[in-house]
Amino acid sequence: MTDQSGPNGDGRPKRGMQDFEKVLDQSATDVASFQDRDRSLVGSVQHILHANPTLVPVIVLMVSVLVFGVIANNFFTPFNISLIIQQVTIIGILGVAQTLIILTAGIDLSVAAIMVLSSVVMGKLAVNFGIPAPIAILIGFAVGALCGAINGFLVTRLRLPPFIVTLGTWSIFFALNLWYSESQSIRSQDIDATAPMLKWFGERIDILGFQFTTGSFLMLFLFALFWYLLNWTPWGRHVYAVGDDAEAAGLSGIRVNRVLTSVYVIGGFLCAIAAWAAIGRVGSVSPQSFQEGNLDSITAVVIGGCSLFGGRGSIIGTLIGALIVGVFRSGLNLSGVDVLWQDFAVGLLIIIAVAIDQWLRKVSG
Amino acid sequence: MEETLKPVLQANKLVKRYGRVTAMDQADFELYPGEILAVIGDNGAGKSTMVKSLCGAVVPDDGQILLDGQPVQFATPIDARDKGIEIVYQNLALSPALSIADNLFLGRELFRGGVLGKTFRMLDKKRMKAFARDKLTELGLLTIQNIDQLVETLSGGQRQGVAVARAAAFATKFVIMDEPTAALGVKESRRVLDLIKDVQARGMAIVLISHNMPHVFEVADRIHIHRLGKRHAVVRADEISMSDAVAIMTGALEPPSEIARPEGATLH
Repeated sequence: MTDQSGPNGDGRPKRGMQDFEKVLDQSATDVASFQDRDRSLVGSVQHILHANPTLVPVIVLMVSVLVFGVIANNFFTPFNISLIIQQVTIIGILGVAQTLIILTAGIDLSVAAIMVLSSVVMGKLAVNFGIPAPIAILIGFAVGALCGAINGFLVTRLRLPPFIVTLGTWSIFFALNLWYSESQSIRSQDIDATAPMLKWFGERIDILGFQFTTGSFLMLFLFALFWYLLNWTPWGRHVYAVGDDAEAAGLSGIRVNRVLTSVYVIGGFLCAIAAWAAIGRVGSVSPQSFQEGNLDSITAVVIGGCSLFGGRGSIIGTLIGALIVGVFRSGLNLSGVDVLWQDFAVGLLIIIAVAIDQWLRKVSG
Repeated sequence: MEETLKPVLQANKLVKRYGRVTAMDQADFELYPGEILAVIGDNGAGKSTMVKSLCGAVVPDDGQILLDGQPVQFATPIDARDKGIEIVYQNLALSPALSIADNLFLGRELFRGGVLGKTFRMLDKKRMKAFARDKLTELGLLTIQNIDQLVETLSGGQRQGVAVARAAAFATKFVIMDEPTAALGVKESRRVLDLIKDVQARGMAIVLISHNMPHVFEVADRIHIHRLGKRHAVVRADEISMSDAVAIMTGALEPPSEIARPEGATLH
């Protein structure tokens, strides 16, 4: 190299700060400090809610309980409170499965179909074929996990959108359920006679006048378990990371497809647990039951503050969301409001919840 | 015995073909301990393919990679990471909805001791936060309390800071930075360049891929000029002008006959 003239013609190539950067001399020298900016009141509220996504549903639940407690007769009776909790048990458990999947930016329209198929398998094996109830239940679990694995396979390997995959498998699982059950219900008396264990989660426990079912405790246990798994284990952090930005998660060394598959398999397994609890709750096995369960579980998750875009939300929010729906339905019912207005109110809640989510997402940047 | 400086990473005659296109044609590469080596080249010169093959994102068809003199083969970036090579991706590879601490440890979390960690796979959040806080403080990135802050609430420069801190914290061999200032404004670019020098000052070798010549000339010790799928020249940044480097890169100027190496440096 002979030509050594730099931009200044001083024979040296220019090193160090560029001319246009000279103005930065007097600017702050810390490389990138993390102090909070000043915020307006609305901005602060937005920020607090963004950092605590469960706060909105908690406030909504408290306000709605207070309002219905005042305007509806008999709302605050032990009987009614117990009833609300019993009514949200099944949707709550399906909501745990749905939360996992929505956190990965997916959606599962087939949760209730998996549940009904699993309950039909459990009931038919135990009652009609005389297989011991524990084994029938385990096979039911396996069917649920297998259904989840099929969803997971289609999402990860064939790269189909979860909405389309589960829209398809919803129909497929429902058809299999009708075929296997021959569209016949299994009567409560028959279950009592041959496999009472199937109804175990329907048993009532009296605590201070409140009638809880063992199924309610199962639901609470599952929420606690998955709260722990999501917040305190690497798997949980990876579920959030995959839902947030799958590409970034992959570059960080997370096996994205493995996490996604695990979420769908565990989701299917949870649906089968819900199936066992549902037999206890309903008392019989009907292939036509819980057809609204797919959408109800999504409703609970969304009202609970989970973002449908993935990576944001808390599983406790889903529990609160399910309770909000239960409280609204019960409160409006006791106030003598027509059922159609209950659906109207739930629809409104969904839209408000998603609108709040959109608003909170604008915090970023 | 005489001390000689040997490359932390040396690649010999790497070849990569995509169908009939040869993206990498007998490319050589050396990175010495403690230096900042910039890699420049025109679009399509194959520099990206070469750098990817050094970190496992691309598996070369032929050639040899020596890490501290030992032949290595990386099938994935995770293999390279396990060997102490960290990459700061242009799109950062951070999860916006997770905290700074969570992001630092994403994919390599620490567990609690005893049964809690072994059986219940419980994260040791305290230890991870303390480590994250230490690392960010070392690089002058932190006004303490905010290690739980979500990454999405950070500015572009702050995010780049977190990504660089993560790489610096876990790299034992060297760090690859892909266009670290490409998406940043003037002020934030300046801070990131200072940060890169800080990382080097702590003894870490850095491979810097950049299109920004002023930035390259400011921080780099040597410049690897890639052209037509192979190493075209390696020059010392303080012995050449920016316009000459660009001229060599585009083929308008003959490259110097010798490959510039640090003083007393040899090959494996």
